[in-house]
Amino acid sequence: MQALTNRAKPVSRKKMNLWESMYLPEILRGMFITFKHIFRKKVTINYPEQTRPFSPVFRGLQILNRDEEGRENCTACGLCAVACPAEAITMEAAERQPGEEHLYREEKYAAKYEINMLRCIFCGLCEEACPKDAVYLSETFAPANYQRKGFIYGKKDLLIPHPKEDPEAYAKAKGSRKLHPEGHGNEK
Amino acid sequence: MHLLAIDWAVFTEKLVLIIVVVSASLVIAMYSTYAERKIAAIIQDRRGPNRAGPFGILQPLADGLKLFFKEEIIPKFSSKFLFILGPSIAMLTAIMIGAVIPWGNKIHLFNRDISLQIADVNIGILYVFGIVSLGVYGIMIGGWASNNKFSLLGAMRAASQIISYELAMGISLIALLMLSGTLSLKTMVDQQMDHWWYIFKQPLGFLIFLVCAFAETNRTPFDLSEAENELIGGYHSEYSSMKLGFYLFAEYVNMFLSSAVMVTLFFGGYDIPFVNDHTLINTIGTNWMAVLQGGAFFIKIVCFLFLFMWVRWTIPRFRYDQLMNLGWKILLPLALFNMLVTGAIILLHQNNWHF
Repeated sequence: MQALTNRAKPVSRKKMNLWESMYLPEILRGMFITFKHIFRKKVTINYPEQTRPFSPVFRGLQILNRDEEGRENCTACGLCAVACPAEAITMEAAERQPGEEHLYREEKYAAKYEINMLRCIFCGLCEEACPKDAVYLSETFAPANYQRKGFIYGKKDLLIPHPKEDPEAYAKAKGSRKLHPEGHGNEK
Repeated sequence: MHLLAIDWAVFTEKLVLIIVVVSASLVIAMYSTYAERKIAAIIQDRRGPNRAGPFGILQPLADGLKLFFKEEIIPKFSSKFLFILGPSIAMLTAIMIGAVIPWGNKIHLFNRDISLQIADVNIGILYVFGIVSLGVYGIMIGGWASNNKFSLLGAMRAASQIISYELAMGISLIALLMLSGTLSLKTMVDQQMDHWWYIFKQPLGFLIFLVCAFAETNRTPFDLSEAENELIGGYHSEYSSMKLGFYLFAEYVNMFLSSAVMVTLFFGGYDIPFVNDHTLINTIGTNWMAVLQGGAFFIKIVCFLFLFMWVRWTIPRFRYDQLMNLGWKILLPLALFNMLVTGAIILLHQNNWHF
């Protein structure tokens, strides 16, 4: 059988010579090998203190996007819910009232928007389906929780921080990806 | 008539010394567990415990606390008295070895010379041997009382292993005793302070003693009695909570004190290498000298502890027949050979054969 890698070494079954059967020199050799490992660089990343950088195509928790003035993009069209293969997304639409123009970008908005993170498979189809650039997969993942209901993320969990009131948190949630229509390619 | 009068000064001095030695060996054993895990991790390119406190320095406390809080289970069909006696004996005998080890020369306090040895008995090394052989009772009784075939197997392995290796150990020491002419550990250290360390006169004896010390402390490659993957823990598989802790702890105390014995016998004990102790003692005084000597002794012990751990994470366990072959067919003849050669050289030396 052909080996998959060239790292496999066949086991040597030959009889030990006198030097090897004295055992002690071989022990010392082994101990020298283990001693060398003391000075090796450790590959472990100390997780909570250090984190591994995500790849640019990483698909993490969804965020609901706002535009530059901090208005919600989502119009509750339901395309993301339709696109979702895991049926994790539910929403309820509502009409924008006069005086709410600074909150919602268009006349219709999502009064309730929930994603069940236990169902979500982080495929990113919602992001691709969204015509308003409202749903994005961010660069974080769902933290642990003690209860199932803690994994049903509502609007307050998903909505990106306000870009003007809290620019730092906004930038952090935004991560390294482009959230605005230009350059996204789904605007057809 | 004060035939049985108690010298209260000596009494307090020894009591304080006992408390210090026992607590020191316990603390060192505690931190040996930490060091063991850390060294294992480093050798295996891992990081090891680093969560409890800075660098995981509080890990032993956390481990101890965990053991204390665990449920104490005494199996229904076990012999209860023996079941509790086992770990107690293991711990007791482990700690008792510390009594004859000279931790330093002496200190001068309150107008008294206080010897830093709990008991300078003139049969010191025999005492160590006696206690070490008693140590196997802890394992035997524990394994027997568990009423479990794996525990019993582990206990039997431990017993036969320790009996086999004690022979070679004793004979390798006889050669050393012929050179020193004394059984008192303190006198042996004094001899090594003025002359060569005994490791240079008895290299083969030291090697045999070292291998036997590994076997006596049940450390890898001789940890057949607690082989996790063969005997699910061996003699302590039925133990839980702090009784298990005592067994595990006794191993580390044993390791520490057998390192101390080896340093005392072969590496000059508290002798500071490359330094003339008699001139140094005149310049810095007795007390500072004792501190330096204690430090030197401790550093040597730590080197041995590292060796114990380093070997553990390098060598796989022996098979049982290999263990017996090594003990009876290699170490015992080698020790006898060493004894004969040493005896012959001493004889020639005494008859004015200088070479």
